[in-house]
Parts: sequence; C-alpha cells; structure tokens
Amino acid sequence: MSFYGLVDGSQASLTKYLGALSGVDQVGADARAAMLATRSIKTTSKRWAINTAISMVDLTTLEGADTPGKVKALCNKAVRPDPTDSSVPSVGAVCVYNDMVAIAREHLDLIGGGHVGLAAVSTAFPSGRASMPVKIQDTQDALDSGATEIDMVIDRGAFLSGDYIGVFNQIVQIRELCGSRAHLKVIFETGELVTYDNIRKASFLAMAAGAHFIKTSTGKVAPAATAPVVLIMLEAVRDFYQMTRVRIGVKPAGGIRTTKDAIKQLVLVNETAGPEWLTPALFRIGASSLLNDLLMQRMKLDDGYYASPEYVTID
Amino acid sequence: MSFDYAPAPESRAIVKIKAKYGHFIGGKFVSGSKHFPTINPATEEVLSQIALAGKADIDAAVKAARKAYTQIWSKMSGKERGKYLFRIARIMQERSREFAVLETLDNGKPIRESRDVDVPLAAAHFFYHAGWADKLEFAALGTSTKPHGVAGQIIPWNFPLLMLAWKIAPALAAGNTVVLKPAESTPLSALLFAEICQQAELPAGVVNIVTGDGSTGALIVNHPGIDKIAFTGSTEVGKIIARAVAPTHKSLTLELGGKAANIIFEDAAIDEAIEGIVNGVFFNQGHVCCAGSRLLLQESIADEVLEKLKIRMAKIRVGDPMDKNTDLGAINSKEQLLKIQDLSAIGDAEGGQRWSAPCEFPKKGFWFAPTVFTGVTQAHRIAREEIFGPVLSILTFRTPQEAIDKANNTPFGLSAGVWSEKGSRILWASQQLRAGVVWANTFNKFDPASPFGGYKESGWGREGGRHGLSTYLKGVGHE
Repeated sequence: MSFYGLVDGSQASLTKYLGALSGVDQVGADARAAMLATRSIKTTSKRWAINTAISMVDLTTLEGADTPGKVKALCNKAVRPDPTDSSVPSVGAVCVYNDMVAIAREHLDLIGGGHVGLAAVSTAFPSGRASMPVKIQDTQDALDSGATEIDMVIDRGAFLSGDYIGVFNQIVQIRELCGSRAHLKVIFETGELVTYDNIRKASFLAMAAGAHFIKTSTGKVAPAATAPVVLIMLEAVRDFYQMTRVRIGVKPAGGIRTTKDAIKQLVLVNETAGPEWLTPALFRIGASSLLNDLLMQRMKLDDGYYASPEYVTID
Repeated sequence: MSFDYAPAPESRAIVKIKAKYGHFIGGKFVSGSKHFPTINPATEEVLSQIALAGKADIDAAVKAARKAYTQIWSKMSGKERGKYLFRIARIMQERSREFAVLETLDNGKPIRESRDVDVPLAAAHFFYHAGWADKLEFAALGTSTKPHGVAGQIIPWNFPLLMLAWKIAPALAAGNTVVLKPAESTPLSALLFAEICQQAELPAGVVNIVTGDGSTGALIVNHPGIDKIAFTGSTEVGKIIARAVAPTHKSLTLELGGKAANIIFEDAAIDEAIEGIVNGVFFNQGHVCCAGSRLLLQESIADEVLEKLKIRMAKIRVGDPMDKNTDLGAINSKEQLLKIQDLSAIGDAEGGQRWSAPCEFPKKGFWFAPTVFTGVTQAHRIAREEIFGPVLSILTFRTPQEAIDKANNTPFGLSAGVWSEKGSRILWASQQLRAGVVWANTFNKFDPASPFGGYKESGWGREGGRHGLSTYLKGVGHE
C-alpha cells in the first residue's frame, strides 16, 4: 500500500523520492528559528495564544510508576484544566502507555471527556527495539482498548543504517492497522537522528508512508523539540501540502515547559506552515508540566498578578 | 480570531531629544547658526533642528582635532588610548536601548534590527579596535607605525551609528583624531555618541562631530588641515571626492555603492537560501550598499524558488519601526522613496514583471512594499543600477560559469553571495567572484575582525580587521 502515489513501495522509488529533497543548512536554520523567537506576543494575542496552546496540549504521563489513579487524575485535568473556570478549553488529548489505555478510555467516557483524544504510545516505545509482530500486537492492543491516536516510534537504528524502506514499511503497516479508527503520529526521536538533513528526510518519509502527524520526540531523549527541529518539520508539512494538497500535523514533544516556550512554538507555526496549522487538528504539543504554566499565565492576564501556585491543581 | 500579533511598541521614553542641536567641537556642544529639521521617516514628525555647519565651524573642528592630536592623542600610549575605546564600548552597551530607540526614530529601521544588529555591532567595533590600540606594530607586520593625523569622516544614513563606529574606532585606535559628519537625515545617534565621548572623558577634540548636508561634506573634503578622508556613500559622490583629493596630500578610503549578485545554485539548501535572499535584500529596507539586490537563480530551480520566495515575502511584517515585530520599516526619506519608485517604474517600462508582497502601510511616512522583478536580464537598468531599496531583480543562469560571468558583469564589486551544499563549488565560485566580500550560505553578516570593502567602483580600501586598521596608519598597506 502507498499513500498519495509518491512511493510505490520499492526501494528505488523511495530512494528517488528522498533524493530529490534539498539539504538543510544548519547555521541558516538555527538563525531563522532564533529570529522567530524574538517575536513579542502581548495582550490580546497572548490570550489567544494561551487558549490555543491549552487546546493543543497532549497531556502526557509516561512513567514506569503510572497507576490507574494517576491516569484518571490526568483525564480529569485534561477535560477540565481549570475546575473554577469553564471558559478554559479541554486539552487536545491525554497520552499514556498502552496498558493504561483501557483505564483512560473508561474514565474519559465516565466524565464526559469523549471529545478529548486518547493517545497511546506504541511500537515498543520509546526505543522501538522489538520485532514487527510485537509492534503490531502493541498497536492492536491500544486500538482494541479504545485509543483514538497512536504515537508510534520509528526504528532509528534502521534509519541510521540507511534502511529507509524498512522504516517506511513499518509506518505503512501501522497506518493500515490504524485504518479509520485512529490518527497516526510518527515519532522520530530527533535527538537520535541528530542532523537536520535526517530530520527533513524522516519527515518526508513518514508523510509519504501515511503519517497523520509527525512528532519530534519521545520525551525520553534530550535534545527534543528544539525550535530549529520544529521549524524544519513545519517546512516539510508546508512543502508536502504544496505537493499533495494534504495537510499533515506536527507535534513537538519534550522540553516545552513554559508558556513562553509554547508561544514560540505557535509563532513558528504561524510564520512557517501558516495560520491554517494553528488548530489542534494539525498542531499538538506533547507536555505534562506545561499545562499548569499556561493556566498560571492565563490567570495572570485576567487578574493582573500572579496567583499562588496553589490555585492550579496538581495531578 | 487568528494569530494577529497585537502591537508591541518599544517605548520611546528612554530618549530625550532636544529641540535643537549644535556641533560637538573641542569636547563641547557649540551652537550653530543655521538649522534644518531631521524627521522620523515613519511619521514625518520633526524630531529636532540640526545645525548646518559652515566654513567657520569646520575650521574650528579641524583646529580642535589638530590641537588634540598634537598635544594629547599622538603622545598617548596605545594602551591608554585603548582604555578610552574600551570605556566608550562599555557605555555604548550600557546605553544600548537608548541608541536603538533613537536610531529607529531617526532612520526608520525596525527596532529589532537597531537593537539586535546596529548597536551591538557598533559596540563590537569599539571593543575590537580597543584591543588593537597597543598592538599596532602587529598590524604593521613588524614595522613602526604612525597615524595620519586628523581624519575627516563622512558617513551615510543607512547605518548611522554603525558607520560612525566603523570610522571612529579604527581612527582612534591608530592614534588619529577625527572630524566626523553624520548624514543630513540621520544625525541624532552621532550627537548621542558625542555625549558618550563626554561621559567617557575622552580628551577634548579627539572626536569632533559636525552636522550638515553635502556642502558641509565638501568643506571637510577640501579642508587643507585634514590628512585623511574616509567616506561611505554613493559612487557618484565618491568620484567627486576622489577628484578633489587627488591633487592633495590626503590619504583616502572610499566605501561606495554595489549591485551584489546573490547566486543560488540548484544544489543549495533551498529554505535557508530563501531566508538568505530575504535577508540579503530586505534587511534595513534594502538600504544596504552590499545588499544582494541581483538574484541569480539556476534555471532548474527558478520556479520553485520564486514560488517559495513569494510565500515567504508575504510574511514580512511591514510597518511601525518601533514595533518589536516589524521586519521592514520606513524608507529613510522622501527623496529616497522617489528614487526607488522611479527605478521601479523603469523596471516596468523595460518589461520586467513586478510583484509586491501585499501589505498595508501606515497613513503617514515613507513606505515601499517588498518587491521582486522577474524576467530581468543584464540589459535592464534595474539589474545594473543601485536601487537602495526593498527591490529585488531576479535573473537566471544555466551553468556555474554563466553565473560568475553575469555576477561580475557590473562596474561594482562590493559583495556577492553563493548558495550551494557543495563545498568545492563554493570555493571555486568565491575565487572567481570579483567582490570584496563573498558570503557562502549566508548574507549580510558583519564582524569587526572581517575586512569589508569593494572592488572596482565600489570603493578603495577596507574597513574592519587588520586591513581596515592599516588605512589609518601611514606606510602600511593601503594609504
């Protein structure tokens, strides 16, 4: 199977498709990202950006110590980030490990959170080091438990050894498994791919293989969602749209902790892919502590002063 | 609602602009006789009245400079001179916001650029040259050195403070004293610099600043008490100065116009090249002598690059220069706006296809949208003459040699850009290009340690680095 007719599944066609990509100049990409980081977002546009960022958060817990209690608390927070203010939007999704999906599904449905996405990290997250049957079973489990979004990791070892068709075929298989049941986000672990050329290549590879979203990182490796990396991925979805008229989403994850960080991400989106991407359907931010900072800053805009941290809930 | 950035204006409260200014001569502000207004080109508001220096003022300034040279500055050790330069550099940093706001008000350039480029670079030039002051024998490759004496310096309006730094820092480091004239339309940052000279307790007369127009510049150029002329401005005026100085004892450096080729090979990193094109010609409203105003695109990628360039240009934020999110500010003067409009109309008349980014201008002030002309060839005037505005002429080429031939086919030779991911191509092209600065995979990058200057009619001598320093020393390199 192939998407958009860009690659016919053969090694030769994929090599040709990736070979046509231009390189990335690291110094230039860093400079552009740094320039965009100087944008000054104030007053009304800050308020809009904070609300938009909240609606884009994939509220995440990916710990060995996750329990049903922790996951349920996270679901409550995702649906009503600020229990005292109903004008605060729900977040985009909750993001959990495979075995927590059923618990999250049940709880979200119980509390009227059906509109919040439920993302499962999949394919032997975070390392991706498992056989394909295991990865397929992992994904199948998550889908059967009620996940609406699958965050799969690519096989970085295969990518770095030049086995692009292997990486491509894995994505295609997982996408087929998702069918119409779930959106597929493809995680590159950009901190392991290292070069911007690799990130650009991985972006185009994943999009042609059927990814609905391309995602920077697992959150387990640093550096993660740096501004230049997100810039390059946003350029990729912009160019892919020019080729196919299909808009692929982008999800930075890892290291985005403050409102300032989040607003910088939205500026990158606005001035790179364009305002059409400023929706939770096409841009998500994978984060855990970010949400409370967004809520704090939102209160500050309303009240004119910083409230005690006790006014935001710990979950 | 969409993500429209709310206004984020920098406060102008930090600057106090006087209603009227005189000249800075012999360490003091002295009043002038005649005055002319300087305006904010973004609002057409009159900012202040500026003195027009006549013969008596120039005589007084040259006399003060000579006295300071003979009695103090030429006798002072390099180490001591360096201390003053370090002090000036530090004060410039401390008062950087003041300088940035003033520069933007008087010039029309975006506060982001004056804050992030002009002022930090100006301070860097003082720091760099402060370090040279006690090491001049190394600049002279082991021989003993001597300054020229009194330097007359005339600077343009596009980077008022930065051009002042390029002129004053090496002159002082080498042991000269100076009489400097800022441009008619942008004198305010130079007058603030005069205050810094006082604050740094620089000996009286080492730096003298006289304001005025072209007639004042002519008085400096022709003054018999001046030993060295340094001019940055148009090639037209540069030629007049060269003729005037030729029969005299004066040493001369000229930093003149350009029509730089920015060459994009098909193996370039396209997205970064797009940024380089934008930065090359729209930085500082295109009021840059080394602007990459002639884009040479390899035909195989021309359509793709043009499409991407237009998308990118539509995102350039044009408007209030004081807004921190503005990318392209006001054209510096009505006169310059008319010149840009005239040359663009010639581009239309000669059959170039004009495309401008859609943008709304403020009601007052001087504005010109970021513009490209396609279908331009070497035979078009807009491919040959310096427009000095946000206007890009786009030409194409088929082979690397053709690109070089076209790039060099100009009476100018100030700068050039080469974009390729192939190292060998960059090295080959940069050896072929007859331009003082060749940028590879970047554009409009400046550093005090890097010599800057032109081939052919783009100028004589260099500024910056050891090469630039040597132009302020007798018997070393270019004199």
